[in-house]
Amino acid sequence: MTELALIQMTNVGKFFGSFQALKGINLHVSKGERIVVCGPSGSGKSTMIRCINRLEKHDEGQIIIGGKELTDQVADINAVRREVGMVFQSFNLFPHMRIVKNLMLAQRLVRKIPKAEAKATAMEYLERVKIPEQADKYPIQLSGGQQQRVAIARALCMKPEIILFDEPTSALDPEMINEVLEVMTDLARDGMTMICVTHEMGFARSVADRVIFMDAGEIVEEADPETFFDAPRNARTQKFLSQILAH
Amino acid sequence: MNLDFSIIVDALPKMLTGIGLTFQLLILSAILGLILAILLMLMRISGKWYLSWPAQVYIYIFRGTPILVQIFIVYYGFPQLDFIRDSFLWPIFRDPFGCAIFALTLNTGAYVSEILRGGVLGVDRGILEAGSALGLSTRQKFIYLTTPIATRLALPAYGNDIISLLKSTALASTITLADMTGIARTLVAQTFAPYEIFISLAIVYIILTWILQKSLGRVERYLGRYMEK
Ligand SMILES: Nc1ncnc2c1ncn2[C@@H]1O[C@H](COP(=O)(O)OP(=O)(O)O)[C@@H](O)[C@H]1O
Ligand SMILES: [Mg+2]
Repeated sequence: MTELALIQMTNVGKFFGSFQALKGINLHVSKGERIVVCGPSGSGKSTMIRCINRLEKHDEGQIIIGGKELTDQVADINAVRREVGMVFQSFNLFPHMRIVKNLMLAQRLVRKIPKAEAKATAMEYLERVKIPEQADKYPIQLSGGQQQRVAIARALCMKPEIILFDEPTSALDPEMINEVLEVMTDLARDGMTMICVTHEMGFARSVADRVIFMDAGEIVEEADPETFFDAPRNARTQKFLSQILAH
Repeated sequence: MNLDFSIIVDALPKMLTGIGLTFQLLILSAILGLILAILLMLMRISGKWYLSWPAQVYIYIFRGTPILVQIFIVYYGFPQLDFIRDSFLWPIFRDPFGCAIFALTLNTGAYVSEILRGGVLGVDRGILEAGSALGLSTRQKFIYLTTPIATRLALPAYGNDIISLLKSTALASTITLADMTGIARTLVAQTFAPYEIFISLAIVYIILTWILQKSLGRVERYLGRYMEK
């Protein structure tokens, strides 16, 4: 089991100064698994997934991604980052590049893929997120939902093993949330290994293999979606769910 | 008092013979100053105290003293230093043009480095994180993300500095250079008509500033085309 795990976090701790943002995190994710992470604001969800591609450096414990341990070795970090895509709440597209260039840049620089091939891949993934006609625009000319779909396509162009989503729909107007969730659901159906921080409970129910609830830097509860939503064991989970479902 | 237009008509073409020198001062010190500014800015953001400290002291000194004083120190002061007289740099400092370029470069370099630093610090952290997440190296992020975005952010302030540099070139006339202002001062000494001559000189600078501003505006719009909806 551990040998197949794509992501192994063992007893991971993280401090910001004297503040402990993560405490004893144990998380194993196998290939093809879809994990949804939820929890109150400030509970450490972002910090946890940002440790997986080392946007944050963990202070305690061990993180092994696809057999490579995350240490200070730059070569290993870059190797891990090639295999781990990330989608941010605020899209973070490169504002000065046209959409197709946004999708080509890392292919060219990191994967050293020839220009024509990189462009073909970019167009292929733009088709997949259903906005090939936007290829020559600049990010600011797209709606939020379109920008987030571009961000997903940009991550996919690198052919990652894993994609991390950090509240990908939280910054979107309500009418754009579904178009992004649809793309994510498609990805899940294709067998992509995913960790999604999201409060979209419908998505979690239909897509997740496991739901993880975090509070105050700890994983408080971990269960399949049915158990998680219908019979949560922990009092904090129950309180959180009642707040989320209240609106 | 009445302006004597015949003096203006007479003086303008003579002053304009100095425009070449004004441009040389402007362009050379702008280019050299930009190179210096990039170096200073890189030192400043290097995160290494032995690089950022000297850069900071340098910037502090050059922003804290009048450019006229800097020009005088170079022009009147350097020739008194034996090690400069004996060095290969002496041909530069023996020549008032070299002194003016040197002083203007050092001065504008200090200001522009701060402008560039502002641009670099203005680049959204999320964009760089997206670069990291895609596996770009620090160098690649600097070249493909930070530099173009920071350039666009810094451009308006940089344009202002170029315009004040244009006007600072007039100070070169104080160390005998015959730029437009230098020629105007000679003409005033000859004609005793300071109003006519300095007013027409002022108009020439205004026109040059206007042209510079328009051109910089175009560059700004071109580089900022991605900011338009
Ligand atoms: N760069 C940082 N510096 C200091 N504190 C931080 C930093 N990033 C996050 N934190 C703190 O760590 C805690 C967890 O943050 P985060 O992982 O962003 O929570 P979540 O994503 O669950 O809302 C919060 O209390 C937050 O204030
Ligand atoms: Mg968060």
